[in-house]
Amino acid sequence: MPIWVYIVASIIKSAIVLLVLLTAVAYTVWLERKVVGHMQNRWGPTRVGPFGLLQPAADGIKFLFKEDLTPPHVYKPLYIAAPLIAVVFALTSIAVIPFGNSITLFGYTFPLQITDVNIGLLIILGVTSVGVYGVALAGWSSNNKYSLLGGLRAGAQMVSYEISLGLSLVGVLILAGSFSLRDIVNAQGGHFWGFIPRWNIFIQPVAFFCYLMAAYAETNRIPFDLPEAETELVAGYHTEYSAMKFAMFFMAEYANMITVACLATLLFLGGWHGPIFGPPILQALLPVFWFCAKIFVFLFVYIWVRGTLPRFRYDQLMAFGWKFLLPVAIVNLVATAIAVAW
Amino acid sequence: MLSIHLILFLAFGAIAVAGAVNLLVQTHPINSALSLIAVMAALAGEYLLLGAEFVAAVQVIVYAGAIMVLFVFVIMLLNAGVEEHTKGSRVAIVFGIPGMLVGSLLLAWVVLKHSGTQSVPVGALPGAPRTIGPLLFHEFLLPFEITSILILIAIMGAVVLASKPTATGGPAKKVQD
Repeated sequence: MPIWVYIVASIIKSAIVLLVLLTAVAYTVWLERKVVGHMQNRWGPTRVGPFGLLQPAADGIKFLFKEDLTPPHVYKPLYIAAPLIAVVFALTSIAVIPFGNSITLFGYTFPLQITDVNIGLLIILGVTSVGVYGVALAGWSSNNKYSLLGGLRAGAQMVSYEISLGLSLVGVLILAGSFSLRDIVNAQGGHFWGFIPRWNIFIQPVAFFCYLMAAYAETNRIPFDLPEAETELVAGYHTEYSAMKFAMFFMAEYANMITVACLATLLFLGGWHGPIFGPPILQALLPVFWFCAKIFVFLFVYIWVRGTLPRFRYDQLMAFGWKFLLPVAIVNLVATAIAVAW
Repeated sequence: MLSIHLILFLAFGAIAVAGAVNLLVQTHPINSALSLIAVMAALAGEYLLLGAEFVAAVQVIVYAGAIMVLFVFVIMLLNAGVEEHTKGSRVAIVFGIPGMLVGSLLLAWVVLKHSGTQSVPVGALPGAPRTIGPLLFHEFLLPFEITSILILIAIMGAVVLASKPTATGGPAKKVQD
């Protein structure tokens, strides 16, 4: 493949993925409001467009035209940089996520992924671990006690649960023998006894449980949304933010949710594997459809949990992370290693 | 002849040096900490260029993502303000700066003199996780384990030093929660 084809293909792929991701972020917000609304015997958004489908567009316009207030007592350079850090790192991690096998156009083969690197999983972990700074710096630079407490809580929570998250993934890595997300998905092809798919969730249920808990805590979602507990902290780290800067934190949170859902799909739910049938064009599109369907299910569970569970107390959160989740993840890792070495 | 690798190498090097200088110049502790993060990230880029992708990822995850978060935490919790600017000590100006210049010139001379001997092409060194694993757990198992024990001792020492001793000289009483 000549270098210019590679560059043009990369630019087109990045543009498509970014567009799809941002649309998905907007409609995840819509889905959440709708689903939580119905769970609470309300309608959710209904006014803008059919079923309120244009609500994300209305929200976007509102965010753009709202007055961008900067309180006088903030530390300005970091106050402005913090939402940018949050949203940039949230959007970066999508770059190494594969969406399906490769397609062939004009005689060239393009993998359905912006870039295929052999340490893809480590890159996602690295990018998400640096994303903590957005939240922590927002809390500190706002110069407000609620913001600071929210930022500290978010930082402590993310650093603590990152360990369980990483350890829960090692079991999957041992089974696949690679850091490349594409290899991990390919290792999950086929079936047990002809009908149960060979997904890691059936081989590593404990790891999936640990990953699920740690992922909810990493994305600061209910039941672990202590950093923005409105009953005690107003709005946590983004108390002092308005207009587009607030929207950036919002986008970062939902983009992180989608990344976590992608990772769960790739590592535990078999990626794009699923029943393939029909004419060639359908056969080419079905893997991407299965991938998106699994992400949708994961996001729906996220919203379902939000509509169902109350919030933890902060000491319960830390005790759960360090005294329960971490030991379980370590035991699972040791058991997997012994089983594989056998 | 400028290859893309050389350009990137120089760019990351410039970022690392600029971050290090900024770390010293800034008066606010949090700006210094953030400059240090920039240095770490630039170093990770250099490792990546040398083909050590695993080391690069670990550099970002461990240093930029975990250790520096704790640094920033401490600064945020202590609420350290802007440092006072002093003129600096005279000893530093008289001996420090010329000494540093002589040292770096000497280093550059040595490196340039031996530059023709062995240059490592990009990606020639084993840096993939698959080659690092056996090295860590077979060849260098003993140093690896000894390092972890050293770190454990350091943690215990920090706990002992940080806990307030009671009047009788015993360890601090457990705080009831």
